[in-house]
Amino acid sequence: MGEPILSVRDLETFFRPDEGIVRAVDGASFDLYPGRTLGIVGESGCGKSVTARSILRIVDHPGKVERGEALLRRGDGRIVDLVAIDAKSAEMRDIRGGEIGYVFQEPMSSLSSFHTIGNQVVEAIRLHRAVSAKEARDRAIELLQLVGIPRPEQRVDSYSFELSGGLRQRVMIALALAAEPRILIADEPTTALDVTTQAQILELIRKIQADRNLAVILITHDMGVIAEMADSVSVMYLGKVVESGPVDTIFHAPRHPYTQALLRSIPSVLAEPRSRLTTIAGSIPHPYARPPGCPFHPRCQNFMPGTCDRSAPPVTRLDPEHEVRCFLYEAPAEAVA
Amino acid sequence: MVTYILQRLGLALLTILAISVVSFVIIQLPPGDFVDTYITNLAASGSAVRAEEAAALRIQYGLDQPIWVQYWKWLSRVATGDFGMSMEWGRPVLEVIGDRLWLTIVISIAAILVTWGIALPIGIYSAVRQYSIPDYVFTLIGFVGLAVPNFLLALIIMYFGFKLFDLNIGGLFSAEYQLAPWSWGKIWDLTKHLPLPAVILALAGTAQLIRIMRANLLDELRRPYVTTARARGLPEWRVIMKYPVRAALNPFASTIGYLLPFVVSGSIVVSLVLSLPTVGPLLLRSLIAQDMFLAGTIVLLLGVLTVIGTFISDLILMWIDPRIRAGMHG
Amino acid sequence: MSAPTQTAAASPLVTVAEEKVAAATQLQLTWWRFRKHRLAVASGILVILFYIGAIFADFLAVTEPHATEAARSYIPPQAIHFFDEDGSFKPHVYALKGRRDMRTFKLIYAPDPADKRYLRLFADGYSYNLLGIFETNRHLIGLDRGKAEDALFLLGTDQLGRDVWSRLMLATRTSLFIGLIGVGLSLFLGVLLGGISGLYGGVVDTVIQRVIEILRSIPTIPLWMGLAAALPNTWSVTQVYIAITVIISLIGWTELARVVRGRFLALREEDFITAAELAGASRLRIIFRHMVPSFLSHIIAAVSLALPAMIISETTLSFLGLGLRPPAISWGVLLQDAQNIQALGIAPWLLVVAVPVIIVILAFNFLGDGLRDAADPYG
Repeated sequence: MGEPILSVRDLETFFRPDEGIVRAVDGASFDLYPGRTLGIVGESGCGKSVTARSILRIVDHPGKVERGEALLRRGDGRIVDLVAIDAKSAEMRDIRGGEIGYVFQEPMSSLSSFHTIGNQVVEAIRLHRAVSAKEARDRAIELLQLVGIPRPEQRVDSYSFELSGGLRQRVMIALALAAEPRILIADEPTTALDVTTQAQILELIRKIQADRNLAVILITHDMGVIAEMADSVSVMYLGKVVESGPVDTIFHAPRHPYTQALLRSIPSVLAEPRSRLTTIAGSIPHPYARPPGCPFHPRCQNFMPGTCDRSAPPVTRLDPEHEVRCFLYEAPAEAVA
Repeated sequence: MVTYILQRLGLALLTILAISVVSFVIIQLPPGDFVDTYITNLAASGSAVRAEEAAALRIQYGLDQPIWVQYWKWLSRVATGDFGMSMEWGRPVLEVIGDRLWLTIVISIAAILVTWGIALPIGIYSAVRQYSIPDYVFTLIGFVGLAVPNFLLALIIMYFGFKLFDLNIGGLFSAEYQLAPWSWGKIWDLTKHLPLPAVILALAGTAQLIRIMRANLLDELRRPYVTTARARGLPEWRVIMKYPVRAALNPFASTIGYLLPFVVSGSIVVSLVLSLPTVGPLLLRSLIAQDMFLAGTIVLLLGVLTVIGTFISDLILMWIDPRIRAGMHG
Repeated sequence: MSAPTQTAAASPLVTVAEEKVAAATQLQLTWWRFRKHRLAVASGILVILFYIGAIFADFLAVTEPHATEAARSYIPPQAIHFFDEDGSFKPHVYALKGRRDMRTFKLIYAPDPADKRYLRLFADGYSYNLLGIFETNRHLIGLDRGKAEDALFLLGTDQLGRDVWSRLMLATRTSLFIGLIGVGLSLFLGVLLGGISGLYGGVVDTVIQRVIEILRSIPTIPLWMGLAAALPNTWSVTQVYIAITVIISLIGWTELARVVRGRFLALREEDFITAAELAGASRLRIIFRHMVPSFLSHIIAAVSLALPAMIISETTLSFLGLGLRPPAISWGVLLQDAQNIQALGIAPWLLVVAVPVIIVILAFNFLGDGLRDAADPYG
């Protein structure tokens, strides 16, 4: 696999509104390799999106990246820590779009309805590449063609509200790819789309990834999408990565009770007819009222009183690529009730 | 798009019709008719009018006919540019009004430009730096601007100008240009006198528009397309100016629909305080003298011009909004 | 596919608070939110104080506000001295002594430190009708000796020698109540037409909406001027008062109608209205039992924003000489005296009327803003 292109360690992003503090990302770590797809999965509100936005340093006010590092290997071989550089600096802006493209969840509202599509794509190109307006426009049309927009030379002058949801998401992908980044972050790229369009968009991402040797971070709550797309998976719960490993391991030998529960909640064609779909008991706690100890313990089937509600579990490495954050797998020497 | 234009045009025409009715009512309101006034005026200057002459006059002006016939005749005359005679001045109404109408328009437009010129940058600043100290200061000034009726503001400014600088703030022209025919010098003189009344007229509207712009922009700043633009690597000020400001500009621009009547109204009173040669003082004087054709014509012209201004702004608004152009609304 | 969720048991504390919130009416909710806006609450208290003051305007006045005396023309405001020479708290003013300037032959008044007049509470003065119920001559402040009209000029006098303070008290009453009555009329028209518009929809709605649009696009002041000028000179003060109130509410109802219509339209879609309809409640019952209570707070907010506009309208018209006319006293009538620079140069204190005008309008705006935020935190 070689060297990771992006390596995130113990990333912490907190929101400090007047009412208290929300630990949206509370120590997330993962590695991303060129040509591979990392899936980040979890329920809504678990901090997946904030993690991705923290990497680009575009977390909305009052959120702030507090600690950790995100080491990016740039095109020229330099390694920069995205957490350490100024969010407003020219280097950071150069990385946004230039090194890392970002596809957002809502294609409806993520495009300006006052500017043509071409205007926005051309802007993205010219921000990072010194090309003439004419060249940029030609490139924009090529890009629209690449992402599968029919009649791109006409569409380039359309407004986003004149396009269907699927086409808009294709435009978003074109925007993210405009400056030929080496990393693509796709934040729930298919959530707002219907099933057929979902499949087409995922296929498109896979195709472009293969063509350009892109490293992809795919954020989703959908285990089905993960199974189809990802090479490795990080499962997040309340801002923490609770389990990470290769996609096969996660699906066939999940260790963390939360991962197990997530997988049980997927409907299966092999399941007994009329059997009930398992759900995870309870719901995500209120962000201001994070449970002490392991944040999952109130909903955990393997809850160990006196252990799980006391202190946070450490990361246990089960094999070189499989890590889990749970007391069940703590260093074998200690007795487990 | 065509439906939208037709809709606005229809409404504008309807409004003009309503204004014409109101103007006619104002002309008709005082007791007695215009022949009575005419006779009284003549009597005052020593010449008596016999009863049959009066009757002939009434027939000539159609005063013996039902009120709607009179209205129709009046409207037809107005349509041909005949607004009647001013009793007090003994001259055609339009001649009496003269430049005053244009000066009213100039002042109103200047006030609107000032309003936008101030409200836009402050509104943007207040939204982008929400809850900063300047934001609070602007909000406070805005509230005060809203609370002080503009004629009162004019009075206060005039008093302090007089007291502190011994200035007689008032008028639109220096003495030497007062009665002079139009020339570049006179226009330049007007330009120099324009800012003060324009600012006074603009203040209340500015306060309101700052609040509108701030609220709109705060809404827009939270939208996903802003984050998208940021994620593209756009510098922050370009993100804000190109996208959310552009989006917030539309509801902001559409405020001209009520800003224009508001400013025109205000110009009447402020002109009185600052003795500006607009239609304001003339309207007041004609009303007090019951010079009803003059008063009615001023009300009519002011109303019609306001409606035309609003209609033009509607067209501009349509032109700058791709969504309306695409026929998404109306 | 996504992890389904169940409602977690909330902590008991949250539950109690939630139940309280759930059981509260819209009006109570608004009130709770409103209490948090300190500036709005303070403004509300100020407005109430102003109205109480307006009700007891005669009691607060010191001198018959119509009493003219050429000899007391343009007396400047007096200083009140709170302490005597011995340091005891004995508020007093110096009586004025007139002296003729031998060069200009103008009568000049100067305070005479030798002639102290002590202030006292509940002093005797001119007699008036308190609350329209009983006759009295008690006033909040007065002098221990001598008549107030001879020696007490808290805010000076106008050209005709009338006491500005006393006139200001009565003007405040007139202007505040004309606003209140005007809003009452606007409210009636606004709720009626806005309600009809929102309730029936269709052609009726379109017609009313167009009428509102037309009214809003006409410059109001020339219109008012035209209408107000047509009021016969022979009309009594009361008749003019009523007519002016009607004229300024003719335009003021449009904003209220807009608010009411908007709420009606929003509520029509609400489940609890559908439920009431299905339960067979009559239309009137639905309107007054269910709909009105749920948008009452919006109306209150709209009213408190409409009031200052009414007050400004009256003040403007009277200022132009087309509204209330002397002998009526209102803020606009008082400001008329301060209209020209000559008068202001001689008697700048005439501009003091601007102070309560600005304070009241400001307070109403803060109050209205607070109420609007409280009634509709998302709108």
